[in-house]
Amino acid sequence: MTKILAKMEVDRRLVGLAAVLLIIWIGFDLASGGRFITPRNIFNLSVQTASVAVMACGMVLIIVTRHIDLSVGSILGVLAMIMGVVQTDILPQFLAYNHPMTWIITLLVGIVIGALIGGIQGVAVGYLGVPAFIVTLGGLLVWRGAAWWVTQGRTVAPLDANFILLGGGINGTIGATWSWIVAAIAIAAIIYAAIKDRRRRLSFEFPVKPIWAEYTNAIIKAGLVLAAVLTLNAYYLPTRAAEKVLAQRGIPATPENLEISHGIAIPLLIVALVAIVLTIAAKRTRFGRYVFAIGGNPQAAELAGINVKRMTVAVFALMGVLCAISAAISSARLQSAGNDLGTLDELRVIAAVVIGGTSLAGGLGTIYGALIGALVMQSLQSGMALLGVDTSLQSIVIGLVLVLAVFSDKYFHRRYSDPTA
Amino acid sequence: MSDRNAGTQPLVEMRDIHISFGGVKAVDGVSIDLYPGEVVGVLGHNGAGKSTLIKVLSGAYTPESGQIIVDGREAKIENARAARDNKIETIYQNLALADNLDAAQNLFLGREIVTKAGFLDDGAMEHKAREVLHRLNPNFKKFNSPVSALSGGQRQAVAIARALLFEARILIMDEPCAALGVQETRMVGELIDQLKKDGLGILLISHDLHDVFDLSDRLHVMKNGKLVGTVRTEDVTHDDVLGMIILGKMPEHLLHLAGPGATNLSTHVS
Repeated sequence: MTKILAKMEVDRRLVGLAAVLLIIWIGFDLASGGRFITPRNIFNLSVQTASVAVMACGMVLIIVTRHIDLSVGSILGVLAMIMGVVQTDILPQFLAYNHPMTWIITLLVGIVIGALIGGIQGVAVGYLGVPAFIVTLGGLLVWRGAAWWVTQGRTVAPLDANFILLGGGINGTIGATWSWIVAAIAIAAIIYAAIKDRRRRLSFEFPVKPIWAEYTNAIIKAGLVLAAVLTLNAYYLPTRAAEKVLAQRGIPATPENLEISHGIAIPLLIVALVAIVLTIAAKRTRFGRYVFAIGGNPQAAELAGINVKRMTVAVFALMGVLCAISAAISSARLQSAGNDLGTLDELRVIAAVVIGGTSLAGGLGTIYGALIGALVMQSLQSGMALLGVDTSLQSIVIGLVLVLAVFSDKYFHRRYSDPTA
Repeated sequence: MSDRNAGTQPLVEMRDIHISFGGVKAVDGVSIDLYPGEVVGVLGHNGAGKSTLIKVLSGAYTPESGQIIVDGREAKIENARAARDNKIETIYQNLALADNLDAAQNLFLGREIVTKAGFLDDGAMEHKAREVLHRLNPNFKKFNSPVSALSGGQRQAVAIARALLFEARILIMDEPCAALGVQETRMVGELIDQLKKDGLGILLISHDLHDVFDLSDRLHVMKNGKLVGTVRTEDVTHDDVLGMIILGKMPEHLLHLAGPGATNLSTHVS
């Protein structure tokens, strides 16, 4: 088995993580009498995980460079408030109510301010030499306080009608047809990437995977995409909502056409986009290479002529941008912005990243790992909620799982430290 | 200094270098030189000033006074980048590799090959890395493992390959054989011989005479921030050099070659 995985060049840690996720899902499904692995619950999981997952992608890079960001939850809070005010109080003075540009301008404002906030913290860490733990611990208090100041504590609602689609509510999905189109594009990309990579390696006469391994890899990946889309398409709108949609389109309702699929939720699409862009940035650009080099050996990076200080600012600014995207998703999902939004999210994000195999010592971590980590965390929480476990007990379990995850990672890492073994 | 090199121009010359830290003269008027195709050891106890001297050449420290002449022209070496522009590469004792990256990624760190679209061209980098490393060590196989999985000798090969890849002409090696096993030390020795044949000038910094004696053509010996003297290895024995390192004294039969530090030191050592 180990040999087969090695031939397929699959990250062994990833397989372990996927197995853990599968066990959790099957366990909850059995315990809840088949209520966990249902299209409805999977759909909800995808939406609930989105906000933490987006931030986790950035946190991977922060932790890889041997830093930490404790302020992401608070930054999310203040950005959600700012975006709330921009779309409900400021923009309607210039644009029509629910104007199609409103959500775009709002999101851009959030992203720019997020980059600024992250950038300021990055300067304090990189140039002023204050440890990231302290800077962002300060940030946790500062930005949470700032979130209150934006409206003196008033919750902002209702949000722009287009903006709330980012949260994946009733209309915040792309439907069955578009979901299939996305799946087709994803599968085409998987095949294209595999062929291109193999050709490139062959052109340099590097060793390549056996062809059966290439096929197996591609089939598994494509299969996962298909399974996900099939599941999400199998979750139908509630009858009442479906009737409304049909009425809007002027089609009489019949028992068959009432089955309108949710399909992929917009927040899930955002997560996928962020994860793909950041994975490419991490693996295929100078920026990503330097992030990992700094994490591996900051002195070596400096000696190689990498501007470590500027990189630190860039990584923290990127984290701020992702906080803005998460803030949009979270506030859109609740259809309101309150100043306590994102409280304790920093811990969920860090836990997701660490469960996903990113080493707190730096230099090691993957974005897809963090995504699965986020899904593991959310699955535990949702599953326990489904079973009616007390919130207090939920916290205890999640806390223990976090410690166990890091322990087992350390244990297995020690045993298999040589990746070629 | 070396008559074998009479007539050729030194690759690099450091003239009358002074540098002090908080009143302590770490390097006090030291001059050394290095010719193409030559291996020169810089020896001395810990605190003799050899590492400080070399850090001036690699751009880590700026001297208070003195000149650095590369290829007959005065060079200003204010940082690591300037050193590199002058074709000076330093291989540090701790090797300055990012442990989590693989060999090719380390070789090209800071100078990556990118495609037209601006993405990293890992294929091209690995291809070149294989070429260079194969020349240094035909048995090198672990191209897709992080360098933390490599042996000390293999890591040393990666560090040297890094210098070669960017056409270094002056190679500074800080304690090249520290923490290496017998066989790996021999391997590094072979590497150095090969680079010498290619016409590079190599400075070996070490506090251990045995590491560098057999590899070097000449030795600069330092003590207390001063140059005790420069000798050709063929003219001296281990004991002669130990005397220079420990007592700061030139061997009797070579007293005419003594550096400015030799007489001063021999008076207040003893």
